[in-house]
Amino acid sequence: MPGCRIFVSGDEAVAEAVRLARPHVISAYPITPQTVVVERISDFVEDGSLKSEYLHVESEHSAMSAALGAAAVGARTFTATSSQGLLYMAELLPYVSGARFPIVMMNANRTLATPWALLSDHRDSLSQIDSGWIQVYCEDAQEALDMIIQAYRIAEDPRVMAPIMVNLDGFLLTHTYEMVELPGQEEVDAFLPPYRTGNKMDLDDPKTVCYAAMDEYMEFHMKQELDMRKAPAVIAEVDRAFGDRFGRSYGGMVEPYRCEDAEVVLLTLGTVTGTARVVVDAMREEGHRVGLAKLRFMRPFPRQEILEIAGRVKAMGVIDKDISVGYEGIVFTNVNSSVCDLASPPPRINFIGGLGGRNISKGHVRGMFGQLLKLAGGEGMERIQFINVGCEHNG
Amino acid sequence: MDRPKVVEYSKPLCVEDYPCGAFKAGHLVQDNAGWRVFRPVIDQQKCVRCLRCFLVCPDGAIDKSGDRLEIDYGFCKGCGVCAYECKLGAITMVREGDETDAGL
Repeated sequence: MPGCRIFVSGDEAVAEAVRLARPHVISAYPITPQTVVVERISDFVEDGSLKSEYLHVESEHSAMSAALGAAAVGARTFTATSSQGLLYMAELLPYVSGARFPIVMMNANRTLATPWALLSDHRDSLSQIDSGWIQVYCEDAQEALDMIIQAYRIAEDPRVMAPIMVNLDGFLLTHTYEMVELPGQEEVDAFLPPYRTGNKMDLDDPKTVCYAAMDEYMEFHMKQELDMRKAPAVIAEVDRAFGDRFGRSYGGMVEPYRCEDAEVVLLTLGTVTGTARVVVDAMREEGHRVGLAKLRFMRPFPRQEILEIAGRVKAMGVIDKDISVGYEGIVFTNVNSSVCDLASPPPRINFIGGLGGRNISKGHVRGMFGQLLKLAGGEGMERIQFINVGCEHNG
Repeated sequence: MDRPKVVEYSKPLCVEDYPCGAFKAGHLVQDNAGWRVFRPVIDQQKCVRCLRCFLVCPDGAIDKSGDRLEIDYGFCKGCGVCAYECKLGAITMVREGDETDAGL
């Protein structure tokens, strides 16, 4: 089938990409706002356009357990979840990453209870950054589609062999519609060859997976870390190869936007990047030297890219759609641990917003840049600022 | 008794040489006798070879191939199920290293 343009939601774009990636096994449990992904994939298996084994499981814990079992015999696998579902499968995440199975999972970013809420923030996925999974965050449906395809190639690369979580902001991206370029099957097949691995159970060459290795646990995990350090180069390489073949590339670990001569830079994750781009363009026209850097990956963390940007700006802001209660935003903590290696790091503000889906508007982003420009001018600013809180507060 | 052979295992010299995921299977790098605090000792005078201990041993560590039942101390982890189940009281659990071990 040749490529074409289709009008789809973020969830549908993911489902289309999964069909193109031809996984052997799909194992998933529906949860809002991921549901459309598994419904569409189920349709594809039913109508024969995707020849996969589709496992209807009774929970997210079982979804990841079944995906692990399939991966253990060398199958290409896919699963998808969100929010409470991700936390329910959390036990399995280090199992999968430690066993070095390249499972690809879509996560629809949705907040965590309590209070119960359905809308988007990043508290679910960021709670799992220590699980050994690569994490990528998408800005729009096209990037989501492209990253599912790229994710298999990155995850299955023998230098990496790590599972990947592809994150889409719930509703903001999963349920909004846009025109998307759908690559042709032959082109995708050429980009993403069938998965072949020695990391599997095999009767002819008996191996054990998910073994006990109490004496050598530390060495296994040190190897996992050393291999993960190779992932940024592989991510950049796959991004270039994808660009050469399909004409779209995303800049690897970080996409800087109008940062070259910027005095202040705002770091973003996910869909809020789109809002911030518009504000950067408007403020540039007014003569303000502002820029943004879209953090595409949270693990492995883009330390080097952040250092390069931080080294030449006068102030830096980090938007966190999450909070580690008792400290600060999780992205901010990670950025700080990189930036503190500079001899004179720029002053920084953590903008915490969007919790439980609270809107972050162009006006709010403009306000953040205003704060950063004042900070760059030497004014003292609150280190952590809550954005768009609905009433008076002392934060 | 048909036991898997313990093979000498040498650890990789370098972290990079560790396997990426799956590890070679089907070889035994150590027996499990080190777990044991008490060892079962069979009083051959009392034993009538009913094979109850043979059936209940979770590790298959009781050898019935010879005239007398014998315990494979390389694999017995000292759980004591055999002594508990023996109707004749022919099996005694003796603390490892105890000089009063009459069976040895």
